[in-house]
Amino acid sequence: MSEIPSDLKYAATHEWARLEEDGTVTVGISDHAQDALGDVVYVELPEVDQVIAAGDEAGVVESVKAASDVYAPISGTVCAVNETLEEAPETVNSDAYADGWFFKMQPADVGELEELLDAEAYGEVCEAEDH
Amino acid sequence: MPFIPHTESDVAEMLAEIGVADIDALFDEIPADLVSDQLNSVPEGRSELEMLQFMAARAEQDQGYTCFLGAGSYDHHIPAAVWDLTARGEFMTAYTPYQAEASQGTLQLIYEYQSMMTALTAMDVSNASVYDGASGLAEAVLMAVRANKKNKSGRVLVAQTVHPNYIQTTQNIVHNQNVDLAMLPVSGDGVMAIAEMEAGDVPPVAVVIQQPNFFGRLEEVDALTDWAHSHGALVIAVVNPMTLAVLKPPGEWGEQGADIVCGDGQPFGVPMASGGPSFGFICSRKTLMRQLPGRVIGRTQDLESRVGYTLTLQAREQHIRRGKATSNICTNQGLLVTAGTIYMSLMGYQGIRETAVASHQKATELRDALLQCSGVEALFPGPSFHEFALKLPVPAKTVIDAMIEDGILAGLNLADFPIPGVEGAEHGLLVAVTEKRTDAELRHYVQAFTRALAASTED
Repeated sequence: MSEIPSDLKYAATHEWARLEEDGTVTVGISDHAQDALGDVVYVELPEVDQVIAAGDEAGVVESVKAASDVYAPISGTVCAVNETLEEAPETVNSDAYADGWFFKMQPADVGELEELLDAEAYGEVCEAEDH
Repeated sequence: MPFIPHTESDVAEMLAEIGVADIDALFDEIPADLVSDQLNSVPEGRSELEMLQFMAARAEQDQGYTCFLGAGSYDHHIPAAVWDLTARGEFMTAYTPYQAEASQGTLQLIYEYQSMMTALTAMDVSNASVYDGASGLAEAVLMAVRANKKNKSGRVLVAQTVHPNYIQTTQNIVHNQNVDLAMLPVSGDGVMAIAEMEAGDVPPVAVVIQQPNFFGRLEEVDALTDWAHSHGALVIAVVNPMTLAVLKPPGEWGEQGADIVCGDGQPFGVPMASGGPSFGFICSRKTLMRQLPGRVIGRTQDLESRVGYTLTLQAREQHIRRGKATSNICTNQGLLVTAGTIYMSLMGYQGIRETAVASHQKATELRDALLQCSGVEALFPGPSFHEFALKLPVPAKTVIDAMIEDGILAGLNLADFPIPGVEGAEHGLLVAVTEKRTDAELRHYVQAFTRALAASTED
């Protein structure tokens, strides 16, 4: 059973989102997603200042067996990307919810976070996929 | 790995198992208006005997001529060992199977191929080949458009000194993919002109440079590459691999080198065979390798420290990425790459260099002799490699037709490849010379050419 912290919001496409104190939202992929992908070998991140809408492609995560799109969980402007993933993509496997973050956004409407799944609902999504 | 087709009873059993009436029913999700029910241009099947007779008659048409035709396909010597080895059963299956690691021999061969291609082009990575040089250019253009994230214009500068068939194929493949091929006129010297590249408001995503170009001329690759990079554009080099042991490899063009290199592998061990089949190659810098279509093979060790070969980069192929794959033309030309790899191994860098130098020397010798003929001029001034364009006092077709009677394929009629702004092309003859041509053949060419010119100017 993968780890699903209760203080985060989730998209059904396996991204997590965390509202930071400065009003930005940090985005990464879930423990379940990194486990399903296997060893991550490359991460393609969005560009800083890129404007993206909820559900848009915002990057690609590539493992030894697959390359999968990463979608923006909410709309906004990218304000930072995790450059350490360029050199150390395996951080996504070892620390999906902290050091393995992908990018930060300035949300267009912070209320969109409420439309995402909570930990319990996301856990059900993962469980349904496992069966 | 055996290839065993399904028998009719296998098919019937499988269909019964899944409860489907016939094979067509498996495709019923395809809208009816997209299904072609006519295959008018596909002829009826033939018996083995009829097919052999048909192919023998076709092959016969290529025999008995001394070949000075080039324009992308060249008559180089192929050591006998190349096809003797390539035709072995172990190599004859052209595909890398989906369970690729089961075919260590195939993977090792592709690994050796990729290593040699990167050494020859001075690039970091090579894929496992594409159909031919022309489709290689199309893939290189799409790759550059994907990779150049700072420029979303889709505008790619292509000189009309690039082979017209390559431009046409590329246009066919990219024209519905938001790519705008902007054509650059040919300069009076038969090369790309930097001054023309300055035109246009939108900075290009990439610039396509062919070396040697369609007319056999040498482009100023260093200056062109530096211009492209200073304008934020990637450089796509189209090269003849045979020339790379003599000319500067694309990885060393200008300050930073080309970004993507493509071309046709035919000069390396592939017979001209009426123009096909061949193999295309694409190499790139490491920073672009995620956009390189196809697969990259790596050498590794197993748990017992034995050397093994493995797919190191295939995550963006279509069986994994579907519609978002780097390319949906995933076929590599396995058998022809096998021939090309064996050719490179047998010849070595020195052998390839000697072949290229001999071809250049013989071409220069023939060109100088032909320019002595009354009324014959170079279509463009300046150096060429092993192919050169002449302007004749009469349409080239007259001379070509007359020389066929002497058993000589004199060259390509440039009137068949009209390129805007090229003056005299309607009388243009493109002549290629390889190391295979003997002194006697060159003399015979000059005699037949002189005779044909004299006859046609008398008329």
